[in-house]
Amino acid sequence: MILHTLFFYLFSAITIASGLMVIGSRNPVLSVLFLILAFFNAAALFVMLGAEFLAMLLVVVYVGAVAVLFLFVVMMLDVDFVELRQGFQQYLPVGGLIGVVLLAELLIVLSGWVFAPEAVKGVAAPIPDVAQVSNTAAIGQLLYTHYFFFFQAAGFVLLVAMIGAIVLTLRHKPNVKRQVIADQVARSQKVELHAVKPGQGV
Amino acid sequence: MNGFVDGYLIPGVIIIAQSLLLLVLLLVSIAFILLADRKIWAAVQLRRGPNVVGAFGLLQSFADLLKFVLKEPVIPSGANKGIFLLAPLVTVTLALAGWAVIPFNAGWVVANINVGILYLLAISSLGVYGIIMGGWASNSKYPFLSSLRAAAQMVSYEVSIGFVLVGVLLCVGSLNISDVVIAQEHGLGTKLGLPGSFLDWHFIPLLPLFVIFFISALAETNRPPFDLVEAESELVAGFMSEYGSTPYMMFMLGEYASICLMCAMTTILFLGGWLPPFNFAPFTWVPGIVWFVLKALLVFFMFAMVKAFVPRYRYDQLMRLGWKIFLPISLGMVVVVAAVLKIMGWAP
Repeated sequence: MILHTLFFYLFSAITIASGLMVIGSRNPVLSVLFLILAFFNAAALFVMLGAEFLAMLLVVVYVGAVAVLFLFVVMMLDVDFVELRQGFQQYLPVGGLIGVVLLAELLIVLSGWVFAPEAVKGVAAPIPDVAQVSNTAAIGQLLYTHYFFFFQAAGFVLLVAMIGAIVLTLRHKPNVKRQVIADQVARSQKVELHAVKPGQGV
Repeated sequence: MNGFVDGYLIPGVIIIAQSLLLLVLLLVSIAFILLADRKIWAAVQLRRGPNVVGAFGLLQSFADLLKFVLKEPVIPSGANKGIFLLAPLVTVTLALAGWAVIPFNAGWVVANINVGILYLLAISSLGVYGIIMGGWASNSKYPFLSSLRAAAQMVSYEVSIGFVLVGVLLCVGSLNISDVVIAQEHGLGTKLGLPGSFLDWHFIPLLPLFVIFFISALAETNRPPFDLVEAESELVAGFMSEYGSTPYMMFMLGEYASICLMCAMTTILFLGGWLPPFNFAPFTWVPGIVWFVLKALLVFFMFAMVKAFVPRYRYDQLMRLGWKIFLPISLGMVVVVAAVLKIMGWAP
């Protein structure tokens, strides 16, 4: 257990330190890289909890896809973060309030778990025996069987969001020549040769 | 104290020894695979390829290694020094870390984890960071353009690789990589009443997924014809333009390690891993690792031939192939595979 504890503190310390560096570093690209480090260590903490499926999902989805897009945008946009920090004093109370509310909610949920263990039994799907079901199967059972309609509804919301994003950004410029693969494939096999006179073209 | 020795020290030493053995064997084989790549490419173009250092040029890769290591590393003055040097390290580390979950034979695996397939997907999706970091930290235009291309390209093809994996996993019913191979002991051939053979492997029932995975693996590892990231006619050497000596060699090493990883993944997912092509006497005497290596080398030979034969794609063609062709086909195949398994009652 000593090693377990040591690694727990190592990963958590790196997570917190890199989380601080995300808001502290001057260079936005460095901020995103520290965010990735924080994600990575959070994934390590998940592995230590025995939730290896969640850990891998965190790495695949957040580090492998979302953070790449973050980095993409941050590298392309010329964001002046020093200018963004100008209103720090002004927004501090609002940000602090949100932080306090989040912290309080987390504490209430977690203390309920500790002080009222019987409340956990009231949930719709009881936590299965870890020895019987792997956590991948347990999550699948929960998402695709117990909460299937909510899952579908979430998918629907994402679909609507995706269509909205496409509608907002799609522009058909009239004068742009595009490659139409179907036309090229459907073209007759005959290769046509033209005798082109110099200076006149086809 | 006894618990510490038995519980941590001895397993720890064993794991370290296994990893070191794997790393040394892997690096030596990568040296020869690099040579094989150059030789195959040369043979297709009717050249001899490297043939000076050692017999048939066998020691060429080691000569290259010495050359790279002994050169002076040059760091551009405008570069972000830390990230510039971190990028090749990230590439190599990630490419080698993926090998931890590859089973070379029944039970021959360093880390037999429950979510091995997802681990491999995660590792291969992280490979893009080495390129993005290198391209950005170089503080130069060509590497920067190259890293933007890399980000878009690798994210696009990961999507279809993910769906191909879903299709395979539907047939297997487990995320453990060894289970993927074991599931291929029984398949199409045994359902027809034949003894276990290569007909059982996934590449026959899942042929469209096999093709999509092979091509996406080429795109994911930036191999020609999808090497838009380092297209020398447009971007000099892409994200590696500012790199030289050891950091450059590490990029190269990481690239080949991840190519070999993709070959091993193709072998495991579709070509039956360590299983012999026929499950009777003379074939079963050969150890499983020999079959595994032979199959992986066959896939690598295909990679090398594609590099020699196919001209480079244009960037819009690459994106069209990924999003408009591979994504719908692989998504449709997931539905078809799931429906067939459900209707026939073959679901594991």
